[in-house]
Amino acid sequence: MPQTLMADKAAFDVDKIREDFPILSQTVRGKPLVYLDNAATTQKPRRVIERVRRFDTEEYGTVRRGAYRLCEHATQLFEDSRQKVADFLGAGNKKEIVFTSGTTQAINLVAYSFGRRFVYAGDEIIISNIEHHANTVPWQVLCEERGARLKVIPVNDAGELILEEYEKLLSDRTRLVAVNHVSNALGTVNPVREITEKAHAAGARVLIDGAQSTPHMKVDVREIGCDFYTFSGHKMYAPSGVGGVFGKMELWQEMPPYVTGGDMIMKVTLEKTTYAPPPARFEAGTPAITQVIGLGEAIDYLNGIGMDRISQYEKSLLEYGSRVLGAIDGLRIIGTAHDKAALISFALDVAHPHDVVTLLDQDGIAVRGGHHCAQPTMVRFGVPATSRASMAFYNKPEELDALAESLQKVIKLFS
Amino acid sequence: MSYDNELYQQVILDHNRNPRNFHAMDNATHQCHGVNPLCGDDITIYVDVDEASQTIREVSFTGSGCAISKASTSLMTTFLKGKSLDEARVVFSEFHRMILGEFDPTIEANHLGKLKLFVGIREYPSRTKCASLAWHTFIGALDRKTEGVSTE
Repeated sequence: MPQTLMADKAAFDVDKIREDFPILSQTVRGKPLVYLDNAATTQKPRRVIERVRRFDTEEYGTVRRGAYRLCEHATQLFEDSRQKVADFLGAGNKKEIVFTSGTTQAINLVAYSFGRRFVYAGDEIIISNIEHHANTVPWQVLCEERGARLKVIPVNDAGELILEEYEKLLSDRTRLVAVNHVSNALGTVNPVREITEKAHAAGARVLIDGAQSTPHMKVDVREIGCDFYTFSGHKMYAPSGVGGVFGKMELWQEMPPYVTGGDMIMKVTLEKTTYAPPPARFEAGTPAITQVIGLGEAIDYLNGIGMDRISQYEKSLLEYGSRVLGAIDGLRIIGTAHDKAALISFALDVAHPHDVVTLLDQDGIAVRGGHHCAQPTMVRFGVPATSRASMAFYNKPEELDALAESLQKVIKLFS
Repeated sequence: MSYDNELYQQVILDHNRNPRNFHAMDNATHQCHGVNPLCGDDITIYVDVDEASQTIREVSFTGSGCAISKASTSLMTTFLKGKSLDEARVVFSEFHRMILGEFDPTIEANHLGKLKLFVGIREYPSRTKCASLAWHTFIGALDRKTEGVSTE
């Protein structure tokens, strides 16, 4: 093992971390599971699994609408989780956090509610060429409905946004800029603070899709300055079915509801309904109570390790993985941004990503093959699909060695 | 060291590397475009049918896809040559049910010949469409589906 990783090992005991994740000790087809699909979804630490079980076993009740003990206690835990999310994202006020089912619903909420209030015919929305479909399609739909135009920031061959081109796209017609913090297909970390400053200078608002950043780095929405910031629980070691969006209170207050029904109203008569203030206005219906409690526990777990230490360790994994995969003849890494998260998208000359994924699975290695819900990104790089190894802080350098060894076998089989 | 599995057999690897009848056909009587939008596999099947005898003279293809899709298409083109249209439809049905795990050619009478190679794919539900795209597109050509076919 290289010297730098030995040093990191002393600072970050990955073997001990792995003991926190029950699923990681299992075998697949008689081989140890090597889980490298963390950009799709992450595994859960025992703490989260047990917290969720304890809540459902001993503490479960509905939130916000009962006066009995179970309900009051569940409401308290639910709102504690909202505070944990606010602190985790650097938001000033927990009422600026709206829970949704995940990032997809979060972006749809903003597209619908912000769009109905602030976007009109002739206005413009800016996205980038390396967005997930969840940060592309809602804006296409909004633009079509409102007669607005969608503009796209191009990327260079490394997969980095070309900021000079971005500046040319901004104008007094720009209403919103929606880009990811980290690209799920390439791993590019975008300069979101700079992007936000330029958008604000042009009078536009900014949404940052944080689905791929929140699990891997310290995020501070006030430092970034963005108006909205979205996230998904299941990508940050919490249960699936919960996520949310930070939004500036001044905007939430101006925005109409997205989904309507119970829990989001002030008063309903048969003639007219007045809406509750944020965040309740945007949380109609019974929320994912158990999952929100699990999300709070996952945040406590991540804070216990420290997001800066997680980033630092994952950076060393990325460097190691880029080196061992980069040394393979006939393997091309797609996405070579200077600032990159621990994710390696690649193409083999001799084998299609779907064959690669099926064969790696024979060795117990889980990676994703496909277009990663980012077809415009694939078109930009001239490939129908890629294979993608995405890391988490519970991965080890040895697992990347196993990946490289298995890829050599794929190449041999197809040559 | 190599992989131990029944899907990527030598015949399949060979047809992937050197696909047979891999060209467009000027005199095709039938043709159809097929896509698998989930993985980007994209093929066009060309068929030359002798109307009088209702038999297939030639089948060829163009396009791109994974090894399973390319080998399945290549093997299909060699298999169908000289078959009657009725036989071809019977084989399509058997092949389709085989890869879904609903028909077991290792114990049931069948007309699949070397196409039985693909029986292993029933263990890989996410890959069945890779093997069936060629056949759906071929049937689409016979049925004159001018809008093309899609696995989704």
